Amino acid sequence: MWDKKHIIAIKELERRHIEAIFNLARNFKELSQREIKKTPALRGKTVVNLFFENSTRTRTSFELAAKRLSADVLNFSASMSSLSKGESIVDTIKNLESYHPDIIVARVGFSASMRTFMRYTDASIINAGDGANEHPTQALLDMFTVEEAKGTLENLKVLIVGDIRHSRVARSNIFGFQKFSSSIRVCGPTTLVPYEFHKIGVEVFDDLDKALDDVDVIIMLRIQRERQESSFFPSLREYVERFSLTPGRIKKAKKGCLIMHPGPINWDIEISSALKERLHPFILHQAGNGLAVRMAVLYLAGTRRKEL
Amino acid sequence: MEGFKDKTRVLSPQDIKRVLYRLAHQILEKTPDSNKLALLGIQTRGVFLARRIKAIIKEIEGTDVPLGILDITLYRDDLTAIGPSPLVKETKINFSIDNKVVVLIDDVLFTGRTIRAALDEIMDFGRPQKVELVVLVDRGYRELPIRADFVGKNIPTAQTEHVEVRLEEIDKKDEVVILEKSNK
Repeated sequence: MWDKKHIIAIKELERRHIEAIFNLARNFKELSQREIKKTPALRGKTVVNLFFENSTRTRTSFELAAKRLSADVLNFSASMSSLSKGESIVDTIKNLESYHPDIIVARVGFSASMRTFMRYTDASIINAGDGANEHPTQALLDMFTVEEAKGTLENLKVLIVGDIRHSRVARSNIFGFQKFSSSIRVCGPTTLVPYEFHKIGVEVFDDLDKALDDVDVIIMLRIQRERQESSFFPSLREYVERFSLTPGRIKKAKKGCLIMHPGPINWDIEISSALKERLHPFILHQAGNGLAVRMAVLYLAGTRRKEL
Repeated sequence: MEGFKDKTRVLSPQDIKRVLYRLAHQILEKTPDSNKLALLGIQTRGVFLARRIKAIIKEIEGTDVPLGILDITLYRDDLTAIGPSPLVKETKINFSIDNKVVVLIDDVLFTGRTIRAALDEIMDFGRPQKVELVVLVDRGYRELPIRADFVGKNIPTAQTEHVEVRLEEIDKKDEVVILEKSNK
């Protein structure tokens, strides 16, 4: 039975919640193959996409998901809002509350800001990324894609490569895969992959060749060049040399291992463009799965018990 | 069903078998060209009934009538009223229903709301030439102007009673039973 009003963090979900979301997502995938890709499930509900940080993929994916469920969607981004005129985030939320939204999908630059929002709205809040904290729907779609490809989420060896320190995607994936007894490795320059990560039960590597040994799944994170001004590594060239995934390196992983990337990819930085062919189907797959998972999350939030 | 106990058994396994043969014949009588037919079973028990009717049509006519599965959850009119989020089951129609005589199959016809939802969903899949409704049991108390084309058995009930169709495939036995509130 679904008992969550908000979806803020994978950390707070139990395995049964994740399984319920995946069961729904499987059925929503079928819906997207129909001639008329829409159901009236959330007819009359209002979904606000409140994006204080830029995002095209996540926002459009949530927008389409809400529309396929027949909800009314209001897109609200920081650049076009009164925030740029000096309004506070709290005032913005209070203003939105007068429209009585049922669901607010929020992305914010600060970690843990979702709790503040809850105080000013009756809507269900879905976290679409909060600072370096969590990005639950991205992890859900990654896990859903892995389950489809591997048939299970249990006892897998999952490697996450890149800027782990600043990555909400990494954190959400770590918490998610751990719930299914899969083991997680993280790898990157020590400045971006602090050794302290072992405290949450992951193995920390700074040598990609060693980290790749026998893994089932590789999640490559994007090097956010716009966030790298404070030089966490000496040069991009050195990073590529040590941490770029190449056809040669991938041989160390388990045969048929799954490579994923939340996108957009910097080819020849995180991943060698020689692997384009191999990755392409999965990346398109991930986008389709993202839509289905977000429909599932919106459906559960939109049809929740009123007293939650 | 919790809080209810069996009161009367209205159909035995033999009865159900005979009824399904009759329903299959009635479907074919109305649409002699069985190539025009497509069966749609409503989750959950309607699907099993549809499979059995498909097998009987094959036995009588030798034709393999296409069969689809319909889950109407997303089209319910009480989605937020009943909460928590009802389970969505599989919908699978991997053929075109355009210009087909679609035979919608369910176990019990009661308020008619399930059928209203099913009709809306069917229209989102295409434009059938005609939709017919087949139910194993009609227990009355309609809340919408809907009626079945072919009925296995009309069962007069009190509104406080329940009608349960049990099928071998998931309930380990074939029978239709009227349930009444137990006093416990």
